[in-house]
Amino acid sequence: MSLDLPLIWATILAIAVLMYVMLDGFDLGIGILFPFAAPAERDVMMETVAPIWDGNETWLVLGGGGLFAAFPRAYAVLMPGLYIPILLMLMALIFRGVAFEFRLSGRRRGKRFWTAAFAGGSITATIAQGLVLGGFVQGLILKGGQFAGGPFDWLTGYSLLTAAGLMAGYALLGATWLVWRTQGELHDKAARAAAIAVAAVAVMLAIVSGATLLVHPLVAARWGFQHGTFDLVRLARLLPIPMLGAVGLAVIALALRRRSQVLPFLGTLLVFLSGYLGLAASFFPYVAPYQMTYRQAANPDNTLALLLGGAAILLPAILGYSLWVYWIFRGKVGADAAAYH
Amino acid sequence: MHFDALLLSRLQFGFTIAFHIIFPSFTIGLASYLAVLEGLWLTTKNAVFRDLYLFWIKIFAISFGMGVVSGVVLSYEIGANWSVYSTVASPVIGPLFAFEVLAAFFMEASFLGVMLFGWRKVGPRLHLLATALVAVGTLVSAFWIISANSWMQHPTGFTRLADGSLRAVDWMAVIFSPSFPYRFVHMVLAAYLTTSLVVGAASAWRLLRDPEEDESCVALKMAIGMFAIAAPLQLVAGDLSGKQVEQLQPAKLAAIEAFWETRTEQPFHVVAIPDRTQATNHFVVSIPKLGSWITAGRTDAEVKGLKDFAPEDRPPVWLVFWAFRVMVGLGLAMIGLGLWGGYLCWRSEPAHARWFLRAMVAMGPAGFVAVVAGWIVAEVGRQPYVIYGVLRTADAVSPVGAGVVSASLLGFMVIYAIIFSVGALYILRLIGRGPSHVEPEAPRRGRPPGYALAAAPDESEAAAP
Ligand code: HDD
Ligand code: HEM
Ligand code: HEM
Repeated sequence: MSLDLPLIWATILAIAVLMYVMLDGFDLGIGILFPFAAPAERDVMMETVAPIWDGNETWLVLGGGGLFAAFPRAYAVLMPGLYIPILLMLMALIFRGVAFEFRLSGRRRGKRFWTAAFAGGSITATIAQGLVLGGFVQGLILKGGQFAGGPFDWLTGYSLLTAAGLMAGYALLGATWLVWRTQGELHDKAARAAAIAVAAVAVMLAIVSGATLLVHPLVAARWGFQHGTFDLVRLARLLPIPMLGAVGLAVIALALRRRSQVLPFLGTLLVFLSGYLGLAASFFPYVAPYQMTYRQAANPDNTLALLLGGAAILLPAILGYSLWVYWIFRGKVGADAAAYH
Repeated sequence: MHFDALLLSRLQFGFTIAFHIIFPSFTIGLASYLAVLEGLWLTTKNAVFRDLYLFWIKIFAISFGMGVVSGVVLSYEIGANWSVYSTVASPVIGPLFAFEVLAAFFMEASFLGVMLFGWRKVGPRLHLLATALVAVGTLVSAFWIISANSWMQHPTGFTRLADGSLRAVDWMAVIFSPSFPYRFVHMVLAAYLTTSLVVGAASAWRLLRDPEEDESCVALKMAIGMFAIAAPLQLVAGDLSGKQVEQLQPAKLAAIEAFWETRTEQPFHVVAIPDRTQATNHFVVSIPKLGSWITAGRTDAEVKGLKDFAPEDRPPVWLVFWAFRVMVGLGLAMIGLGLWGGYLCWRSEPAHARWFLRAMVAMGPAGFVAVVAGWIVAEVGRQPYVIYGVLRTADAVSPVGAGVVSASLLGFMVIYAIIFSVGALYILRLIGRGPSHVEPEAPRRGRPPGYALAAAPDESEAAAP
């Protein structure tokens, strides 16, 4: 028996990207909520993620490095094709990342500047990721295996929608994370923010889902709409995915009402999982929609086999110690943190 | 000069990676130093080591943060600017990059959180383990990236298929390409040198104000011990590296030494202005026969000159020539400083030798300069190839327009200028304040050990007049 290495690697990378979105999503969400918080609250908010954000962002590095290592032909068209939003994201992440340290070293004006840089960096990075997502899903123009479109192809109404959707989603992740990890006034404030964000997410989810059907005939066909006809069986097979999202939204809404601590966050993860699966089901098996499949983009088997050997040892270890680190920093971060200043 | 997308991409890549390497060359050494300090503290219970640990960890946190964000840029830039390179190189060295992420970056990033914030949450042994794992992570990271880069300098263990794509046939030969061991050792020594010079300079700076400060006295001696040993070793490692270059990349060696003619008894040019258009040197000051001896080990050895290579296959000469002289000059200065410091430690007390302390402060940034110069030698000397003998840099570039690349290059220049100056300011401020010898008040909660929270007034305070 031989392993289907390209499929395994497509799965691993898909999981890595989902991990990134969910984990760095709440870090970025905290940055999005920064403008609405009082100065002392900001210190607590940041403290809830300061020990773990770097590990979270490493999933992004794995996404890029893994794409390079397993599907170089896709990497080589996606990066030039989405050059502007990708570089915008990287530059925004610079500000977001150094702000963790610089905010603590800054004196008055410096601290205010790095507070703004943290919020601005998080918001810009989120918008850029939304644009990357939109530009990716709507597809790229290729010729002879190379990117052959223009520098602004990604900028469409659809990608603006995905950017807005991602903003709402990360804000919800950040707010529900704070519901879980803070207490007192900040906790209540976060719960109110989460209630607003969950409504926004529900609306955006509906709009983006509808718009995605219009992006490409292949996507519509996946979901049962083809040549003006409608295939209920096809839709029914994929229906569990949107249902999962609906369940997630309901969990969040109910849990917020019942003042549950961790459930709103878990519900948000479900919503993200549903949205992610929904998109994946729409364009699978393409890695550069709708021109290059993951098989066409994949490295030869001997490369993928070596990679898999390494990943089989290292990925479980990574998951193990990441969980351990999360466990160490479990529990609520108190308001007395701010009193320390 | 014609600013096309190729030139701009090269400028952008060279700029962003040269910016990045500044931080690893400091954090690799500092992580090891911190692990040693913490270990010494736990075994000797001497508070001096704890104070030093708590002091340098703050500086480490700032530098590491800058290293991370500038590194993330690179992992995407390779595809954004060098898409053809990515497609060609990935079947062979893709796994090396991926292993760097899997084996090193996750470990560094995860245990960094424990190291900086876990002081009160884990016991002292686990905390030491976290520090040590961060240190190991930086070395593993250097291992894989230097392995990838060494393969690009001298590709081995692969074949070329009929369609032009590459396939690995011998993974061990890919990972351990011939120049890799020398270059890995050279890079790690460079990082340790850089760190010890910074630690030494910061301590010397404090001692010039207060020659009795215990912490700085201890740190200064530790630093002297490190570079007094590492600097001579670096000369040996660099010399072996140069002999590899003579074998594997004769055009690079000819550029390093500005040899134009192939001959025996090459002279060693101490100073020269190489001229590529006329294929000759101006204003030469040279030592006869020494060139052949340094590069090949014998004065009667025949060493290739640049005229043996077609003009389009010659690397830029003056940049490589001078970058090499800067690196070696600084290396020799480090050896001298090591001898001086060693002598002082033996005969008297370096903390009172004011001229030595001043020289130490002046040499503080030397490691960074030498590292960047060294990478210029290695990378520019490899031109016009990005994968030596396999892929030319000119053929490796992405299909992106010059306008877009100039915008991103400008963006990076502005952003890096900001974060570099602010980071440097914060680090210098910490150094100016020095390690605190007051017994720190026990943190109330899981506070990071090193955070100068008292120095960070609330934003709201600023609003008040
Ligand atoms: C000799 C060492 C060395 C060299 C030549 C490079 N790096 Fe580096 N890199 C490190 C040593 C290092 C490190 C010591 O592991 C860093 C520096 C500080 C840090 O935070 O980790 C790091 C961080 C770092 C990160 C962030 C990791 C994280 O999220 O924690 C990325 C993505 C890269 N690097 C990528 C690269 C790429 C693509 C390079 C070349 C093309 C490169 N580095 C050259
Ligand atoms: C970290 C230390 C490094 C430094 C300071 C460095 C420096 C440079 C410089 C200055 C250039 C421009 C050369 C020129 O255009 O003439 C360059 C080019 C390049 N380097 Fe490196 N390099 C480093 C490591 C690496 C590594 C580890 C890799 C890949 C594994 C790499 C891949 C490249 C590529 C693809 C180019 C593009 C070719 C070019 O611009 O000419 N470099 N590097
Ligand atoms: C003391 C005498 C030294 C000699 C003879 C020497 C020699 C060399 C040579 C020949 C190379 C090119 C290797 C290649 O292209 O494959 C090189 C590269 C390099 N050097 Fe040095 N070097 C010396 C000192 C230093 C010092 C003091 C530092 C930094 C503290 C340093 C840092 C580097 C770095 C970072 C590189 C690029 C990485 C590499 O190619 O190994 N060197 N050196």
